[in-house]
Amino acid sequence: MLPDANTAQTLAAGTKPAVEPFKSILFDRSDGPITEAGVEQTVALVDLQLNQIIAAVIAGREQYDLEPFFLSPLRTLEQVTYRHAVLADLNLEGIRTAIDGFARSLSEMRKHLKQAQTLRYPYQRMAIFVLALEEYCSGVEELRRTLDDADPGSSGVLGFRDYADKYVDSDEFHTLATAARGVLAGLANIQYCFRIKGSKVTVSRYTGEPDQAQEVQDTFERFQQGNLTSPVKNGRMIVDMDHVEALILDRVARLFPDAFAALNSCYREHQSFADAVMIRFDREIQFYLAYLDHIAALEGIGVHFCIPTVTTSKCLAVENTFDLALAEVLAAKHRPVVTNDFWLRDPERIFVVSGPNQGGKTTFARTVGQLHYLAALGLPVAGTRAELFLPDKIFTHFERGENLVDLRGKLMDDLVRIHNILEDVTADSLVILNEIFTSTTLADAIDLGGKILHQIASLGPVCVCVTFVDELSCLNEATVSMVSAVAAEDPSRRTFKVLRKRADGLAHALVLAQKYRLTYDQLMERISS
Amino acid sequence: MKAFLMYQNQDHDVDGTDTSSTESRALTRDLDLDRLCSAMSDSDPYLQQAAKQTLRTPLTSVEAIIYRQQILIDALEKPDTIRALFALAQETVDAEKKIYRSNFFDYPDAVLRRSIESLELLIGMMRRLRTITDESIGKFSSPGFTRFFTMITSELDEGYFQLATAHLEELRLRHGIMVSAGLGYANKGSHYTLRRAHPKERNWVKRLHQRAPESYSFEINPRDESGARALSDLHNQGVSLAAHALDLADNHILSFFTMLRGELAFYIGCLNLRVALDAQDAPICFPKPERIGHDEMGARGLCDLSLTLTGGHAVIGNDLDAYGKDLIMVTGANEGGKSTFLRSLGMAVLMMQCGMFVCAHYFSSSVSTAIYTHYKREEDAELNSGKLDEELERMSGIVDALTPHSLVLFNESFSATNERDGSAIARNIIRALLAAHIRVVFVTHFFDLAHGFYEQDRPDTLFLKAQREEGGKRTHRMVAGEPERTSFGPDLYDQVFGLAQAGP
Repeated sequence: MLPDANTAQTLAAGTKPAVEPFKSILFDRSDGPITEAGVEQTVALVDLQLNQIIAAVIAGREQYDLEPFFLSPLRTLEQVTYRHAVLADLNLEGIRTAIDGFARSLSEMRKHLKQAQTLRYPYQRMAIFVLALEEYCSGVEELRRTLDDADPGSSGVLGFRDYADKYVDSDEFHTLATAARGVLAGLANIQYCFRIKGSKVTVSRYTGEPDQAQEVQDTFERFQQGNLTSPVKNGRMIVDMDHVEALILDRVARLFPDAFAALNSCYREHQSFADAVMIRFDREIQFYLAYLDHIAALEGIGVHFCIPTVTTSKCLAVENTFDLALAEVLAAKHRPVVTNDFWLRDPERIFVVSGPNQGGKTTFARTVGQLHYLAALGLPVAGTRAELFLPDKIFTHFERGENLVDLRGKLMDDLVRIHNILEDVTADSLVILNEIFTSTTLADAIDLGGKILHQIASLGPVCVCVTFVDELSCLNEATVSMVSAVAAEDPSRRTFKVLRKRADGLAHALVLAQKYRLTYDQLMERISS
Repeated sequence: MKAFLMYQNQDHDVDGTDTSSTESRALTRDLDLDRLCSAMSDSDPYLQQAAKQTLRTPLTSVEAIIYRQQILIDALEKPDTIRALFALAQETVDAEKKIYRSNFFDYPDAVLRRSIESLELLIGMMRRLRTITDESIGKFSSPGFTRFFTMITSELDEGYFQLATAHLEELRLRHGIMVSAGLGYANKGSHYTLRRAHPKERNWVKRLHQRAPESYSFEINPRDESGARALSDLHNQGVSLAAHALDLADNHILSFFTMLRGELAFYIGCLNLRVALDAQDAPICFPKPERIGHDEMGARGLCDLSLTLTGGHAVIGNDLDAYGKDLIMVTGANEGGKSTFLRSLGMAVLMMQCGMFVCAHYFSSSVSTAIYTHYKREEDAELNSGKLDEELERMSGIVDALTPHSLVLFNESFSATNERDGSAIARNIIRALLAAHIRVVFVTHFFDLAHGFYEQDRPDTLFLKAQREEGGKRTHRMVAGEPERTSFGPDLYDQVFGLAQAGP
């Protein structure tokens, strides 16, 4: 029966019909924009310490080769939404456990297959191959079973579940599982004896000969006081057989011909058993899990993450956010993580961050960059609430370490780099400028900084500009002043809070002077006494 | 097979060293238990450890105490047998260690030989144990020893020695080795189990008609070096199984002798202590334990064991009648023997609850569920919290562990602060402890504290004070009496500076 035109339209307007078969849990109906990272992006990743974050996130999951996914920010809001929905499902009871089990099975499977290749004797190779096969089948079945019990809502997980249902119900899969289990059961039932006398070895079936060690044990057990800790068997097992063992195994095969015939044919008939979509899912789902595990560890120390609202609007609003790379360092030292809030209202576009050094200014700038990058990966971000936009590109300009003796050369370098950035910036970009023009005079810094910010304002990207130049903070209606704060009761103590307020560097200097008894009155008193 | 010489139905954990809590370390220090342990050990570290462990775990029922007292009476009457038994256990444990130390190589054949040698030795020791038992049974009257010797007689009979020897012979593996296996990971042989082959059919007609079970053999050519090596590896695995079985047997027997040594060690300690006290002409008696909550506490000629063991001068014995008293408050002159008295009382209760004799002509007390001490610590200069903080923290630690019918001994507690505050703190603590059915002995020079309780005229309180004769001479005796205002510090001052002032 063909659906009439009306039904088809209704379907298209509502939830998407599964017109295409399921392919990927990361990309909605496309193979995804896996692109080579450009130079600017590599620079930005280092400046924002995203490379460290990514390395920490994917550590321990090397077998999945996840890095390319983390280097490919999404281009459309639809793709971001697709991932958000999958993430929501991963938080559901049962789904995470199911996927972890599946991952363990497939990881075991790969381990077995790899080991099978290293073995010399065919009966050994075959046994491990069948073990891998069975592990795969159990993993797939268990995943399907638990997904059927779960109640996912994302088109990604739903699509995959449909696929898994059809696959597990197929004749092909059924044959595979039955064969593997039959072989393993047959081998497990075998019990044999070997007797060594001199250089002669005799192999026979086991026929109930009594356990000699147990008999000795029974005789002397009466003396035992309390529990006996049995000695730990040290030395790992060598899987590869020597040729006496192999000769014995050959005799065992002769004593139990059916079991070994089944092993042989299972091995020959199912050489390439794994399904491509299953294998791809196993890899891609780890993108989410790696990140979720990473942030769960941080949530343990009391910071929060949320799924951001990602739009095209530049009206940003973020609460209780923090630098992910720094949080990890602090967590390791059991030190508290300071969180910050920020927001932008039209026509505001540029955060100008000033205040005392080491007060969290650069951290704040990095945080804004990290938030947008991770949001563009479709992932949860640091904070209790986050409204962000999807940038077409993130540009960063941080102090370079290189020692240019010539100050003019350094200023030149700064200007060239900023110029290159401004060439490519669009109204949908994010620009992070950290400590520009530190190598020039204050007058120059005010003048050049003002010019650059005016240009940026006219181009319209969202920008964070960290600077020691207070004047830049009230340049025009696009700028918002943010200040790294100090504790009210002790101005020498940084709070690492960055607050939206008027730059008041002078007041701060006064308080610091007071602490060191260098105000006018104090100096007069000290000098006169 | 259990010895049950320390408890009627429970093992004795000799090595439970790490259980010492802050509170038990305080008890050791405040009652000077190390001196007692030294006397019991007679310089043997093992005996010292055994004494410590026993003192750390006092008994809490009259039955358990009497069970141990009866065994100790047997031991005091037949010290030679007890020392012979202990020596046998000690010798067994030592000889075993020697056999194991003398082999550095882990060739399974060597291990097997070593295990066989060891088991032969242990069977010999078991025979000696049986001999001592045959000589002693009937001469001991305590339920503990009677049970022990009866058990040895029935468990270690001639049939048993023959069975043990038969196993030993079979495990010499003179007829090759048979091992059963299953198929494990990658078809490797798994679950290797040593098997005793079915005995051959004796009747040759039957043997002819029985179809031999299907089997396949192969032989390794002697010139095939790697094959020979592989075969010997496999053979060694079988030998290891045999050696392991013997090892287990060894360990079983050894664990019995180790346990026996541990339980006897306490009684050897008591024998040693008796010798030490006899040398000082000190009195000993078996105390009379009363049920928990019976509020008994009485003594005649109670001596401080620590001072007695130090020797040198005669130790003053104290009398005490504190039946029905939950609070004993001790006041009086400095250097008047208050601390010594407190220690002798605590020590006697503890020794009684370990089943030991005590240093007195007569002693009786109701059993306490636990004993705690809270002494003023003057010497802890390195403490970083304030002294009163420290005292309160320690008190809080004790309170965490307290159960009803415990006994808490206080010595000049809370004197890190002034008399008024210290008294107030102590008063609240004492009142709370009494309400919780905890017995308290409190030594203090706080008149405010002692007098406050005196005025309440509570029937459950006994006031003792260090006796002071006319002219200020101390007798080091405690007598009942109303707390007095001064603690006679000036007396001491006079005594020390007296010479200078005794001018014309």
